[in-house]
Amino acid sequence: MPFFEAFLLAIQTLRAQKLKSGFSLLGVFVGVASLIAAWSIANGVNRYMTEKFAQTLYGVNTFQLRRQPMFTPNVPDSVWRAWRRRPRIRFSDAEAITAGLTVPAVTAWQSSDRVSVSYGNKESRDIDLTAASERYFDIKNLRFALGRPFTGEENRAGTPVAVLGDAVAKRLFTDRTPLGKSVRIGGVPYRVVGVVEHQGSILGFPLDRFVVVPALSPAQNLVNPPGILDAFLVKARSDPEMREAMSQAEGIMRSRRHLRPRQDNNFVLDTSEGVQRFWAGISGILVTVIPGIVVVSLVIGGIVIMNIMLMAVAERTREIGLRKSLGARRRDVLRQFLAESTAIATVGAAFGILAGIGLTIVINKLSPLPASVSPASVVLGVFMGAGVGIVAGVYPASRAARLDPITALRQE
Amino acid sequence: MSQQEFRTGDTPLPDVVILTHKLTRDYDMGSEMVRALRGVSIQIRKNEYVAVMGPSGSGKSTLMNLVGCLDTPTSGEYWLNAQKVSDLADDDLARIRNKEIGFVFQTFNLLPRADALHNVELPLIYAGLNAKERRARAAQALERVGLGNRMDHRPNELSGGQRQRVAIARALVNDPSILLADEPTGNLDSTTGLEIMALFRELHDSGQTVVMVTHEQDIAAQAARVITLRDGLVATDQLQAA
Repeated sequence: MPFFEAFLLAIQTLRAQKLKSGFSLLGVFVGVASLIAAWSIANGVNRYMTEKFAQTLYGVNTFQLRRQPMFTPNVPDSVWRAWRRRPRIRFSDAEAITAGLTVPAVTAWQSSDRVSVSYGNKESRDIDLTAASERYFDIKNLRFALGRPFTGEENRAGTPVAVLGDAVAKRLFTDRTPLGKSVRIGGVPYRVVGVVEHQGSILGFPLDRFVVVPALSPAQNLVNPPGILDAFLVKARSDPEMREAMSQAEGIMRSRRHLRPRQDNNFVLDTSEGVQRFWAGISGILVTVIPGIVVVSLVIGGIVIMNIMLMAVAERTREIGLRKSLGARRRDVLRQFLAESTAIATVGAAFGILAGIGLTIVINKLSPLPASVSPASVVLGVFMGAGVGIVAGVYPASRAARLDPITALRQE
Repeated sequence: MSQQEFRTGDTPLPDVVILTHKLTRDYDMGSEMVRALRGVSIQIRKNEYVAVMGPSGSGKSTLMNLVGCLDTPTSGEYWLNAQKVSDLADDDLARIRNKEIGFVFQTFNLLPRADALHNVELPLIYAGLNAKERRARAAQALERVGLGNRMDHRPNELSGGQRQRVAIARALVNDPSILLADEPTGNLDSTTGLEIMALFRELHDSGQTVVMVTHEQDIAAQAARVITLRDGLVATDQLQAA
């Protein structure tokens, strides 16, 4: 009997026993569905972290000169205290690096703190106030919904002008245009020159609750002591150029701080790599835990299928005897039952794939993760389903194939 | 009847379909050896109609299993259509069952979920025919037993006699050398039983070799030759008037 024939027969048998087949394919269904969904989530997390998270926080081909790394998961207290003892980054450090870099790069100063911003009798609390230089908007890739960024002259002159985040503009001005109006920050009026496009949120943190003012405007005293920067941002044109700029900046900083060759840096050149390494670790955990779940449910699925098939062989002993008396060879019977268990598992896998894709779509809709079904996971799902069916079917099928036709025919 | 003496090493005459020579079959029942057949030598020619009789325990089922290639003898020879099958392996026996033997069982043994046509198709599936040819030949066989209008009925939609006809069609569909029937009327009322016997006679008249196991005297009376077994040996073997 050709395999195709056996497969058709298997499908007929499955359709004749819908309920039993339904239960027996549950295990494989769960296994494959969780495989596909988990894979999609891992994919989504990876993309989210590498594209959105890292680039929003750091920018492409950008490094930041800081006292300590911006993203610091699981740092022991001792390390933290050591960081706090380091000297801070000064305006003069930034100027020296700008002067010393031979690699073409865009640079910006940045200092931030939480403040309240008001307009008339309306107030926005807990707003992220950033005192920055004019190229900050380029580096962060911020696009304007209204108006313009402040200029280099405005920055150097410390002109009290402000660029608002989308949420702040909406909160203070509702539907009216904020351009040309003055908001108060730390008691000083700032003229609004631009509003940045809506950014959304990242891991639940809103990205639109900010105000950016020139680094040398009066608000600089709200964010840092005089002459101190949180970060000096350097954006190069490419990754190799960024590396080159980093090593130049490192050299300049080490000589400014008189560090001897054996001394460690008492500053960091922070890139999105740290974040990405952290998330690679997390997705590494996903990648090791999830196969465990998948394997467990597939093994359970396989055991269920094996039991169902053993039952089927017992129930259909007479049929097997008859088929043998009509000329079925061992391999025909083997093939028939293998096809049946494979069909159960494959149908289970097919439903599992549909459910996995459905779950992925739901995750996409309900969460910020750009989850997407990986074609590899679908292929793997199909093969694992069929594989489980074959493995689980071998023992029952070989038992069926070895039945003695006389005994089998005599059975009631 | 006049039969040429067969010796080990001989080959049967061309028109001998079934030849057994000193066939024995022992069953190891653990504590004791059951000698179901103790040396049965029979020859059945083409287009004979033979009934095998005997009380239970006489070895007639064992002989049927051996003749039907469902079992292999402990010793002795079995020739089917000039081919020595007594020492063939499992898969070869399956092929012989498929091509040379048409079984008719007391309990019909139809697949309950399949319709008549598919039931009759079964041997052709294992013969490796394609679906179109199978369907054509199965339909032809069903028409031959008078069920041309019942092809799409399932066994539970058919009467007992009709079910046995489906089983006979299934037995005939591969043009077997022998039609091997085991108590074919055992599960039927007497009227239906007679109809089935008439069908057997018809098949025999058209050239089919028929071997039938029965314990009913009046059923055996339909056959042209009756072999009686007792204690694993041939007790009588006689032709009877039609």
